[in-house]
Amino acid sequence: MSDLTPHDAHVNAPERLGYSPVADVPHALRMADTDPRAARRAERQVAAMFMLSMLLTVAFVIAYMTIDKTSIIYIPVFGDVGTSTFVLGLTLGAAIFLIGAGAIQWAKKLMPDVEVVQDRHELASPASADQEALANYDRGKAESGFARFKLIRRTLIGALALFPIALLIPLRDLWTAPAGSPSPADLLSVTLWHDGLRIVTDPSLTPIKPEDLPIGGLVSAIPEDLEEVQEIEGNMNARTKAAIILVRMDPADIRAQQGDGWDYQGIVAFSKICTHVGCPIALYEQRTHHLLCPCHQSTFDLADAGNVVFGPAARRMPQLPIGVDEEGFLVARSDFAEPVGPSFWERG
Amino acid sequence: MKFLAAHRRSPLFAPSLLTIALVSVGGAYAVVSSSQTAQAADAGQVAIDEGNKLYLTGCTSCHGMQAQGSVNGPTLIGVGAASVHFQVATGRMPLAAPGAQAMAKEPQYSADETAQLAAYVASLAPGPAIPTAEQLDYEDADIAEGGVLFRVNCAQCHQAAGQGGALTQGKYAPSLMDATPQELYEAMVSGPQSMPVFSNGTLPVEEKKAIIAYVSELQDAPNPGGLSLGRLGPVTEGLFLWTAVFAALIGAAVWIGIKAR
Repeated sequence: MSDLTPHDAHVNAPERLGYSPVADVPHALRMADTDPRAARRAERQVAAMFMLSMLLTVAFVIAYMTIDKTSIIYIPVFGDVGTSTFVLGLTLGAAIFLIGAGAIQWAKKLMPDVEVVQDRHELASPASADQEALANYDRGKAESGFARFKLIRRTLIGALALFPIALLIPLRDLWTAPAGSPSPADLLSVTLWHDGLRIVTDPSLTPIKPEDLPIGGLVSAIPEDLEEVQEIEGNMNARTKAAIILVRMDPADIRAQQGDGWDYQGIVAFSKICTHVGCPIALYEQRTHHLLCPCHQSTFDLADAGNVVFGPAARRMPQLPIGVDEEGFLVARSDFAEPVGPSFWERG
Repeated sequence: MKFLAAHRRSPLFAPSLLTIALVSVGGAYAVVSSSQTAQAADAGQVAIDEGNKLYLTGCTSCHGMQAQGSVNGPTLIGVGAASVHFQVATGRMPLAAPGAQAMAKEPQYSADETAQLAAYVASLAPGPAIPTAEQLDYEDADIAEGGVLFRVNCAQCHQAAGQGGALTQGKYAPSLMDATPQELYEAMVSGPQSMPVFSNGTLPVEEKKAIIAYVSELQDAPNPGGLSLGRLGPVTEGLFLWTAVFAALIGAAVWIGIKAR
């Protein structure tokens, strides 16, 4: 084929390329097949794209080495962008794009575009292959002696049957624990909160006096001893489960609570962990007393015992009973009465 | 002048001129100085009275004749000067139309009128005051601490980059990108609209300064990539990929597939 020049109109004929023409599809010649000037134009287009790509690569290297990384430039639509970021992205992206675009232009305009029929082979294996596979199986059965060595066969079946138990046994720890320690299911039901534990602000760990919290106020809070517990236990579970929010509303606005007198002069404390899938929520609208979870829009009414008013959450937000200690700081009066966070099956 | 010219050589001329000068200067001083002390004493009361006049013409239809509130608007007794300055200086009040939320717009009152309205409302009952320059001086505040405080207290509504976000039923937390330090401070102490109050008791002034410093840092943060798409992260970026970028890829595939002529 070396005797053929690219501009030869007949280079593209299926016969010359060693293909058989497709009977039903008439082959249409392209401009570049018939007009040598069009072919030369296409050649120049492709070469120009590759050339431009080279220039852009060089421009990228120069831009990388010279442009001040902190300089800012205004580009319409994009706004104020980093000059370096913008120029590097533009040159690098255009350089690689032009290599691909040139290759496609080359294939479309100049490479042969004859229609070719490619036969698809049968999906089913030939009968001889099936026979061979079956014969291999029978020979293996006979040579291994699987039918003959009874002891081996039975012990193998026994071993295979027993092995999955090793994989299942560790799952036991999902619901039981060594004697004397609480089971994982029970751990889900308790938090750090207990009677008399001070409520402090997150993350400043400042104790809170009721008069510090005006009506409409919101505080994200944690137990006073959280840092110590985390140092000892070294995990985030305690922190996660103990996170609460405090809000103060006009006592007249409180329609219902989860227990009698669980507020302190209109200050109510609720878990910060959504009962749907456990996102932390403090998105509190002080005028509607609604607490909204940004993940899936579950909405709880804190003036109405934390009941769900909208969204996928299935249970109300657990409330923490609070009071004040002798020094007048807010404290918990007990742990939560129900598990915090998402539902789990033992909970029902 | 003829009278002066004729008697200018009289022995009484100099003493009488001196007397006239002394009396006029002394009298003028007495008048001016007394009016100055009176002004200082009454400036507060004047501002309150002027504020009351502005209040009676502009605010009573919703907030009531004595700022006691009505079915159309909350009471202003005890909301404090900070709340009034925030609502009026950002144009949220007076309300253009009832709706889910008062929106920020061009302020309807001048800075002086806003101060008079604030003085009037502050005179009704004690409430959060307009912050002093010292309370807003966040030069030495800890931006990193402000970031932690912002993520705990503010990010749930205003988004971690301060871009704002949706609340329920058409309400929303506004973007903080154009908020001034004074507005940020006033919003925290007064709790406008749906926003809870972050009082100085639970969020001390130093921590407020840190939050203001962090928000200022966000406001000034460069955006080297451009086209931030609201800085909402994967949501808008994913939408952009699945629509604009996929459309471009499909376009490229069509170009590759079209037979050349």
